[in-house]
Order: sequence, then structure tokens, then C-alpha cells
Amino acid sequence: MLLEVRNLARNAFLSPPGIIFLLILGTAIAANSQPQTQIQQPTAISQTPSSAPTTTVAISQQGGSTGSPASPFSTQSQRSGLNIVVLDPAHGGTDPGARGTGGIRESEIVLDMAIQVRRALELQGFQVVQTRQGNDNPSFDDRSAIANAQRGAIFVTLHISSTGLPGTVRVYANSDLPLVTDSNGLIPWDRAQAPFLGLSRKFADLVQGLLSQRFKGSPGTAQTATVRQLRTTAAPAIAVEICSIVVDDRAQLDHMAQGVADAIAGGAAAFRPSYVVPGVPGALP
Amino acid sequence: MIPRWKVFLIAGLVLAVIAAAIYFPILRKRVKRAARLQQQSEEQARRELTQTIPVNPSDPRVKAKLFWAADADDSALVPVTVELPLSNDTVLRSKQVLNTLLAGPVDPELRTVPPDAVLLAFYLLPDGTAIADFSEALATSIPSGIVSEQLAVDSIVRTLEANVPQVQRLKILIHGQEVETLAGHLDLTGTFIVNAKPRQPPPSAMKPTSEAAPGAEKPGASIPDNPAAAPARR
Repeated sequence: MLLEVRNLARNAFLSPPGIIFLLILGTAIAANSQPQTQIQQPTAISQTPSSAPTTTVAISQQGGSTGSPASPFSTQSQRSGLNIVVLDPAHGGTDPGARGTGGIRESEIVLDMAIQVRRALELQGFQVVQTRQGNDNPSFDDRSAIANAQRGAIFVTLHISSTGLPGTVRVYANSDLPLVTDSNGLIPWDRAQAPFLGLSRKFADLVQGLLSQRFKGSPGTAQTATVRQLRTTAAPAIAVEICSIVVDDRAQLDHMAQGVADAIAGGAAAFRPSYVVPGVPGALP
Repeated sequence: MIPRWKVFLIAGLVLAVIAAAIYFPILRKRVKRAARLQQQSEEQARRELTQTIPVNPSDPRVKAKLFWAADADDSALVPVTVELPLSNDTVLRSKQVLNTLLAGPVDPELRTVPPDAVLLAFYLLPDGTAIADFSEALATSIPSGIVSEQLAVDSIVRTLEANVPQVQRLKILIHGQEVETLAGHLDLTGTFIVNAKPRQPPPSAMKPTSEAAPGAEKPGASIPDNPAAAPARR
């Protein structure tokens, strides 16, 4: 399909009627265009993650601020300790994630679910930052960058599986990653999760423990997996995956949302005392 | 009174729009036909690449351990012992066990990889890093999700671990390309630990040039690096 569209576009542009058509379109667009608002990139991390795999995460600026469509960081709380949860509804945009037989999409359900998770976390006193609030698809690195720019944040990515025992929930921390630093003691971007693995597993176990009480058949302890989203996140980070998209009625998944939200919020609250927040965003725990 | 040049310009533009509207469906048809032809030739090329691995009758029949799902709803793997004629050549042996894994168990519900996935090529570098190149179906037909993607990779890694001790690490490619994830979740940018310490190094193999990274010695653990050396096809 992509190829078809590309060929179509190429051929259409090269044909004489196409050129004239484009000219008309271009004039109309130019006449109606408005200045675009630039999304401010996180300033606290020196990075070009997708093009520079050797880019490092650890930084020296104190209290860096960033902008995102999800939250105004200029109003960031000055409380010490863990107080920010970066909530990531996975997929979005052209990537629907898992798809159910009734046409339901993982990307839409996790976005709706994030509202309840957010509310539960805010009731526990956390400030919540979402990686997306609409049907867009930030890159893995862009999502990680939001967490990496924070001081004392934890990261939760929400997923729905295509397989597994329906009505259960699994929590994942990243698999073992070798901790490597360069000559300046900085951590490569692509291994940002390495120093946080122990904390991530602790957080994952706390959430999984609460989920196993709520959803029978769920494992008692968290699993590890090489989840791409977690690897570049310089914070305690977990993936929560609900089973499964293969349900007769979407309402079955919607009914699970509150239980999942309560478990994540409860797990984050229980984890709070054990997380000694580093002095600078993205620094070692 | 509208100047005459403006009338001509508007008429010309209107004609161009009409011509474009007529030409667009024709163009669309042509592009569809071209795409279909290209798809057919890609499929043909893939079939040529994936010729059946020759089974030498003189190869000893050995009990191979293949890892499939324990249960249709479970994320655990169980070893299934299958008697297979396996080559002593490391690359051929790897292809044989992986092709048997891809063929699937008796119960199709216990499959870990999609039925239309194909092993396109398998390489082994002197340092024990294997590169398995699978068809796009491995990424496009697999049920999306952490649990299913992890199960697929684990079954490949553990099957190699049990049957080909010379393979130390595994890099997975999709249709010859390095991809970021298998189907949106599982990280494929690094290599997976297969055998942290080779039990029986092949006589022709060089000594490993790099040690497995500390902290990543369990089979299936991932190391986010890229094999630098160009693979030599066997």
C-alpha cells in the first residue's frame, strides 16, 4: 500500500496535469497557511537519539525544563522525591497496535485507559505527564525523552496483547542490559535503562503484586522482556500489558481499566519511599 | 470587465483540473498493476532464496529439542524432543532445527512463530555470532504484543541453545534488514545471548574476539550492539 501511494505520488507529480494540479493546490495552501507552532524539544538532554546511537543520557544541567503537549513543566512541583509519573499510551497514529476482531484497536483503548490511570495517580499525589494525548505516534525515543528530561520520574507504558489468558495483566521490566559508560562517565542513550534495572524490577513487582490480587490468573511477580520502549528510558520504567484484545466486547477491557489504574497508582505510591531521586534529570539513581 | 488573459488563465486551470481528474483513475490502475508485478517478483525471489535445506541421509539421527508454547494461553515454553537427521555443519544444523521450529508442532495452537514465516538465510561469524534472516511474515503475521513477541524470540533462541552449542549470540534480521522491533514491542536492535560459553567450539572457528557483556549472560538476554563485521554467507 505504501509502495502504491509512493508510486502514485511520483507518477502524479511527473504528469503535466499533475503539475498544474499541484500548482493550484500549492497556491491555495500558501494563501491559507498559518505560522506553525514549534513543539519545544526537551532542553535538558543533549541528544539526537535516532541518528546518533552513541549519544549519552547523563547530563549536568540542574532542573531542566521541557515542553510537551501533555503537561506544562514550568509548573513542576518543587517537592523532593518521586512525584512525576510519565504515562505512555503505546502506539497511536498510523500504528494501531493489536487489533481485535470487532475492529477495536490497542492504540485507542490504551489512550482511553490512560485517563483512568492518570486520575488514580493524581489521587495519590503524583503529577502525570502523558507521552501522547491524541491519535499521534511519537517515536520510542521521543517518548523516552519526556521521562529522561524529568527529575524523579517513573515511566509506565500501557499495552494490550493479542494473546494470553483474557482478563489477566502482566507487568514487564527490561531484561538485563550491560551498564556501559564512556570516558566521561556518561551512559549511551541506547542503554539508558541499565542503571535503573533494579528499581524498575522492584516497581514492576509492586504493581504486579497488586494486579495479581485483582485479576485472577495474573502472575504473582513481574516478568522481564527486551521491550524497546523501556531500553532508552533513564528512569524506573515498566510496561503493563493487559490480556487481551481478542474479546467479544470492548466493554470487557473497559471494565478492567479501573483495576489496572488502581494497581499502577498503588504500586507507584508503595515504590515512592524506595526511590532516592537523583539530583539532576537523567542522572544515575 | 474581466481582462481576457484572466479568462484564459481560469479556463486553462479548469481544463487542467478536469484533465487531472480524468487522468487520476488511469494512473491509479497503472500503479496498482506495477505494484502487483513487483510483489510477484519479490515472492519469486524469496522462494528461490528459501530452497529446502537438503537432508543428507547419512546425517546421524539425533534427538533435537525444540521449544514451543506450553499452552495456547500461556507464555511459557516447553522442550519437545524430535528425532531429526542433523548435519554436523553448524550452519546447516542451525537451518535444519530452525526450519523444523518454523514448521510448527502437531498442535498448531502451540506455535510460537507464524506459519508463513520463512528462514531466508543463516550466517555464523567467527566470534560465534549467528545472524538469522527471516521473511517479513515473522514481523507482520505475529500477534502483536510483548508476550507473543517474546515467546517467538525465546523459542528461536532456546532451540538454537539446545541444539547448536557453537552459537553464542543471535542477531535477528527481517528480510535482510535490521529492524527496531519485531512487531512494535520486542527490541531487535541488539543481539540475544544463546550460549554464554560455547560447549564445543568448532575446530575452524577463531577465538571469540569479544566477551559476552557482564550482566547479560542468560539465554535470551539482549545486548544492544550491532555486529560490525560483514557476514559471510554459507
